[in-house]
Amino acid sequence: MAVKTYREAITEALQIEMRRDPRVIILGEDVVGGLGGTNGEVEAAGGTFGVTAGFAAEFGRRRVIDTPITESAIVGAANGAALTGLRPVAEVMFMDFIGVCLDQMLNQMAKFRYMFGGKCDVPVVIRTLMGAGFGAGPQHSQSLHALLTAIPGLKVALPSSPADAKGLLATAIRDNDPVIFCEHKVLYGESGEVPDGEYLVPFGEANVTRRGNHVTIVAFSRMVLLANAVADRLAKEGISVEVIDPRTTSPLDRDSILESVEKTGRLVVVDEGDPYCGMASEIVSLAATEALDALKAAPVKVTPPHTPVPATPHLEQEWLPSPDKIEKAVRATLDSKLARAG
Amino acid sequence: MDTYAVNANPSLDPTLEQPTRDELLAMYGRMVLIRRVEERLGDDFTAGKLPQSVHLYVGQEACAVGVCARLEDGDWVASTHRGHGHYLARDGDVRGLFAEVFGRRDGICRGMGGSPHVADFSKGIIGANAVVGGGIGIATGAALAAQMQDRGRVAVCFFGDGAAAQGWLGEALNIAALWRLPLVLVCENNGFAEFMPTATVTAGSIASRAAGYGVPGVAVDGNDLIEVWQAAGPAVARARAGQGPTLLELRTYRTRAHTESESGFLSRPYRTVEEVEDWRTRDPLPRVRDRLSAAGVRDDELDTIDAEARRLAAEASAFAETNPWPDPSVVYGLMFHDQEP
Repeated sequence: MAVKTYREAITEALQIEMRRDPRVIILGEDVVGGLGGTNGEVEAAGGTFGVTAGFAAEFGRRRVIDTPITESAIVGAANGAALTGLRPVAEVMFMDFIGVCLDQMLNQMAKFRYMFGGKCDVPVVIRTLMGAGFGAGPQHSQSLHALLTAIPGLKVALPSSPADAKGLLATAIRDNDPVIFCEHKVLYGESGEVPDGEYLVPFGEANVTRRGNHVTIVAFSRMVLLANAVADRLAKEGISVEVIDPRTTSPLDRDSILESVEKTGRLVVVDEGDPYCGMASEIVSLAATEALDALKAAPVKVTPPHTPVPATPHLEQEWLPSPDKIEKAVRATLDSKLARAG
Repeated sequence: MDTYAVNANPSLDPTLEQPTRDELLAMYGRMVLIRRVEERLGDDFTAGKLPQSVHLYVGQEACAVGVCARLEDGDWVASTHRGHGHYLARDGDVRGLFAEVFGRRDGICRGMGGSPHVADFSKGIIGANAVVGGGIGIATGAALAAQMQDRGRVAVCFFGDGAAAQGWLGEALNIAALWRLPLVLVCENNGFAEFMPTATVTAGSIASRAAGYGVPGVAVDGNDLIEVWQAAGPAVARARAGQGPTLLELRTYRTRAHTESESGFLSRPYRTVEEVEDWRTRDPLPRVRDRLSAAGVRDDELDTIDAEARRLAAEASAFAETNPWPDPSVVYGLMFHDQEP
């Protein structure tokens, strides 16, 4: 165990997987980012956030490939390479750019195995940056994981901690199905304990980050950190909050969520995605259809409004879920008329 | 061979490589098989035996056969919604193809893809694609893998003139040229993007798009098997030698419908009977048959090839018609690698 940042954990997972399997390649914009390693001395950017710094020198430019700024060709090439024996990790720098390459995700990688009768593996990983908080504006700040989760045939992972970033990415690379790996840009500098060496976190297994009995919070990606903060704050008042981080939205660990809701009877879902047709709606729907009898209060969704992400940091904070908004939601479930009637 | 108009019939140019009699005979056999399979499927559609309409390859046989004759086992081919011809040109399984098109259990994709999604990795077919141009990026990736695996493999992408309007073609030309990928991009310009004459939706020449990327672009008569074969040979050899991609434009014509069901929904014709009849005079099959006759192959031998193709198509159709439907469990069992129906 060592304390590492989320970004370092991602680098470590990539490094370990590339060392253990020569079929793993990296392609994307700026992943070399300069002349990197061609004369043994010159270093290069190694990605916009330096995740693949030094990779071109270690693994060579045949395995670490700078692409033109053509997301559709990046994902298309990753798909073709995955079908024919490689295990590409392609980078779509910002999740917003899936608009440019959606066909290759929606109609190609997600469909191959099924429409070809199960006769192929599609071991492709798309690493992409999600989330608001940097004032990056409407086209560089979105959280579109629900949109991708709604596509049958894709797996979607959203690590909220450095350890999960490492373990889930390694699992994604070893998985024989397409995985969209959503990295939250605001989490890049977060530190935490990360297991050394090879480390795998299975898909479809939620992490319970706070144990509690009164209210269940299901939170995704960076929202897990906010939910944890609220749970710690309320614990001082004797309010016991359970926080569940599903870690992957496809597959989704329905059992852990339902088990917690059965226990607490109160549900708050915190997600940075859209309130309509999003993960918050999905989890509320799950509770309503599978655990209605257990509910003592109407579930509450804490999400941004159904608008684009504003650029100015002041309004971006207004737009984002916050600990205060989450706390208010938790208190609302405790004050519910339904609960008093019960 | 650089421009279609200047050298209208290079196949008669004695300075170009010529197929041997046996090579020509083998290619003719493939073309006849494709023709008879497609005609049979057309009849099966008309008879109401198919669950969905089909996009048939009739008239374009020389394209698939002339290119695929230059390929080896292990090479990759990305195909299109009009892809039966590519599959059969790669020695595809006729019964499996019919069963797939019929939506039956023993279809090559277990009935999950249907006519426009034929894939058979054992034959190097990495998928027919019902998104116009969807295979271009995928073939580029297959070429990237081939280059990395260093086994001398080549990737070929067939696509239509309609797909040439997608941005994917420019992206693939850029990347394949930059990385010198073993890729052959084969545009089958069959005169129509669905019902729109190519000239109304496609500016300039498709082959010449390659020049801007420093890639060779060659346009030939796609209804002349030998011309296609002569153009594909150097393109495949160049790819295999690590010298990079080539764009081939094969000018051909789809003599049947865009989709067999079209007479049921189109209120008016989109082309004249005369135009279709004119192209039928340039049918690729008789042109090869004439060459074979001139090379001394007897009529009865050629007739036998035809009869055998018809027999194979009829037999496969009968097989598909009585093949069971897939088990319902398949619906739930094929999406991820750890699921089994």
